[in-house]
Amino acid sequence: MAEKTVGKPIKRTEDPRLIQGLAHYVDDIRLPDTLHAVFLRSIYAHARIKSIDTTAAQKLPGVVAVYTGKDVAKIGPVPCAAALPDLKVPDHRALASTKVYFVGHPVAVVVAESKSAARDAVDLIEVDYQELPVALDEEKAADAKSPVIHEQFGTNVAYKLTAGEGDIEAALKSADQVIKQRILHKRLAPIAMETRGVLARYYPGEQELTLWTSTQIPHLCRTQVAIMLGMPENKLRLITPEVGGGFGSKLNVYAEEALMGWISMQLNRPVKWIEGRRENMQATIHGRGQTGYIEIGFKKDGTLTGLRYNVFADMGSYFQLLTPAIPTLTGLMLSGCYKIPAIQINVTGVFTNKMSTDAYRGAGRPEATYVVERALDLVAAELKKDPVEVRRKNFPQPNEFPFKTATGLFYDSGNYQGALDKALKMADYTKLRQDQQTARKEGRLMGIGVSTYVEICALGPSAAMPAGGWESATVRVEPTGKVTVLTGASPHGQGEETSFAQIAADELGVGVNDVTVIHGDTAIVQYGIGTFGSRGLAVGGTAVYLAIQKLKDKAGKIAAHLLQVDASTISFAEGKFTSSAAAGKQITIQEVTLAAHVAKSLPEDMEPGLAATSFFEPKNFTFPFGTHIAVVEINKETGEIDFQRYVAVDDCGKQINPMLVEGQIHGGIVQSMGQALYEEVVYDDQGQLITGTLMDYALPKAIMIPHLELGSTETPSPVNPLGAKGVGEAGTIGATPAIVSAIVDALAPYGVRHLDMPLKPEVLWQIINKKSAGAA
Amino acid sequence: MKKTISVTVNGVTHQNEIEPRLLLVQYIRDVLNLTGTHVGCETSLCGACTVMVDGQAVKSCTMLAAQADGSTVTTIEGLAQGGELHPVQSGFWEHHGLQCGYCTPGMIMASAQILQRNPDPTDEEIRHGLEGNLCRCTGYQNIVQAVQCAAKKMKSKSVAR
Ligand code: FES
Ligand code: FES
Repeated sequence: MAEKTVGKPIKRTEDPRLIQGLAHYVDDIRLPDTLHAVFLRSIYAHARIKSIDTTAAQKLPGVVAVYTGKDVAKIGPVPCAAALPDLKVPDHRALASTKVYFVGHPVAVVVAESKSAARDAVDLIEVDYQELPVALDEEKAADAKSPVIHEQFGTNVAYKLTAGEGDIEAALKSADQVIKQRILHKRLAPIAMETRGVLARYYPGEQELTLWTSTQIPHLCRTQVAIMLGMPENKLRLITPEVGGGFGSKLNVYAEEALMGWISMQLNRPVKWIEGRRENMQATIHGRGQTGYIEIGFKKDGTLTGLRYNVFADMGSYFQLLTPAIPTLTGLMLSGCYKIPAIQINVTGVFTNKMSTDAYRGAGRPEATYVVERALDLVAAELKKDPVEVRRKNFPQPNEFPFKTATGLFYDSGNYQGALDKALKMADYTKLRQDQQTARKEGRLMGIGVSTYVEICALGPSAAMPAGGWESATVRVEPTGKVTVLTGASPHGQGEETSFAQIAADELGVGVNDVTVIHGDTAIVQYGIGTFGSRGLAVGGTAVYLAIQKLKDKAGKIAAHLLQVDASTISFAEGKFTSSAAAGKQITIQEVTLAAHVAKSLPEDMEPGLAATSFFEPKNFTFPFGTHIAVVEINKETGEIDFQRYVAVDDCGKQINPMLVEGQIHGGIVQSMGQALYEEVVYDDQGQLITGTLMDYALPKAIMIPHLELGSTETPSPVNPLGAKGVGEAGTIGATPAIVSAIVDALAPYGVRHLDMPLKPEVLWQIINKKSAGAA
Repeated sequence: MKKTISVTVNGVTHQNEIEPRLLLVQYIRDVLNLTGTHVGCETSLCGACTVMVDGQAVKSCTMLAAQADGSTVTTIEGLAQGGELHPVQSGFWEHHGLQCGYCTPGMIMASAQILQRNPDPTDEEIRHGLEGNLCRCTGYQNIVQAVQCAAKKMKSKSVAR
């Protein structure tokens, strides 16, 4: 009998191929006769295309075809799934034809026998552009005087939206005090280490197209690409081989995916496009990009009365799959883990001459958490109270769950005090504050930042999702007793091959290595939604669990039949069926499986085989939470930050594999550190992308990161039978405010109450030196 | 103008006619079809393409294949010996030093080099040693642990000898 594995940190089953260089990402798939595609992209942020001359490019040896916007006009628009009232949706085509809207906008594509020939040919294409004035800043672009990007709309405002409950005016009026703060969430680049890539192969005889693409959503992508190409969806097979990271950037449908399919159909040859890193910085979605205004009302004792957030959200020039929907997630999470009687968000979505924004790890929720946590710190500073005290004052109590927020959500379960207390204890908070007193006396700049966060995960109930929020699984027991799991969730580093196998193994009483998890091939796996929004395990894993319950139900009936007892007397444990009516008799799942397949003796009217499918529809989101504490010291001479401690206590409900949970939190926190300290997509005032390489866009490196001390509490979710909440984005959501808070706290002696990210040494140095010069 | 080179990769000697502008990483991936070595930036910044050339960790996107003429190259595919994982590989497996796995071959090669030079590194030294390698998934902490674990394994092995 196999040992139980759920809850244990078992090693990943996907790793042997990955650590030996034997895995296959898109670019590792080699088909004979493959052509290579390279794009010509706009060098201007906003320009009219007067003419394109491809003659020289076409003549270059090795070049097979060159396509421009007018050649591909039959390909349908790049989809946006977000539906908002009065949304202005630009016609987003695979290639630009009359105008370009951002640096990196694809203008032409060269297809050649080799990548180098295609690259050389791209340089020979001549485009005559007429430069146009640009609109770049989301706040200024919303102004009536701004140059307009999509002329047909007469404005850059894509939509306006107000959400929230409670009488915000009255709530702010009833406050003893209201604090206002402008707050920036800079644009970030997701930077999956594997860039995007597509390989397409058309089979003219079968009239079938196969696309290998690096995506988080194979099925949704197949549906959308089939629509774009006007081909039957069941003639399109989409395969996601190994995916080298996504972080939301591959939760999308990109023009290049449809284009490669189309080109392969034109030329009857396989064609491959692998995105370069510079292209990735220019033309893969960015995240965040909000300029907001906070108003928070509170009583003298720290009780919050209301929160208003007026925000200009940078859309970029086009919509990708979810672009305009991201700020709505910000609105949903504005209550944080606090009781705020009235909340209002006013979103102005604005077109700018930049790449589209969309879901980047956290997707609108880090913005919300950052807003709320910064606001709480401002309240604490104003009242001269400990920031922890102000948070505690406004927490809902554990017995108040499900907790209804003024943003219309029901938080499933929570114990915010529990996570906070544990984190304070781990960090020895009281002692830290004493140390800080000493440090200040000695003239050292030590700061402590605390963030208590809640996030919305396991996306989600279909009613609240643009294109279905359920997930599917099929579980089969093969005649030899091996178990095959087909999941619609398509992981890209999360380790679902292992965690789903753990669930299946424990439920069926087999070993983890007896289970194979298959994902990411639309010809094999039933329809699914994908991996994003911290949903893989909580929704996809639950589908696996539920499929197994169905399967066991059938297997139990077969067992009863074979044991000649009534099915109601059957129970299953450790891989064996026993009956309360037949002591001592038992039959293993393997024996039942064989009987189900040879089908010589089955209960009357029962179908042979042993497989079951579940489409799990969650009734609610889940709401993981936690407390992060950052302790920093700032070097006065250089403005550099030294992390003295980083403590995180996260509660993601039941953990299937704690090692994978920790890994997700580590990665999330470090991405947060990137956002807080280093990362920022910068366009200059002409809309040129300044951060176009990894030299200019500062990703955190190992040496920049402190040792992270993790703890956890476990408050199961009532939303799914696993009790799991999801953890993929927690770190990215909880950490940013803690880090910024610590730095602001360190600089409190200089009168600093808020700073905008990224907090580069230069920024801090200037504060320290300007103020001390003033003091001197 | 093609050039003929001879390179020993993972113990096998190859002779190929190549274009002078061919990068070592392209030679490894596209000519020899060893696709375990990855490309993350092509500009010498991410380390995904790290291989060993004559015992030195090298970013193979910054070297021409022609420059490797006469050299001995080890790629990730050649690291395990006789079916046994290299201690760094098993360290990464045991300590969850990888998620999507894309940076992993380069990380493992760079880590092997760190331990070759310093069999008993501090965490800080490991983090310094990995300065040329980017990982977007793991947050590096488990990679540091993986390398420490490998260091222990290698030490106990050499003591046993
Ligand atoms: S691909 Fe060579 S360093 Fe990035
Ligand atoms: S494991 Fe994904 S980049 Fe390192």
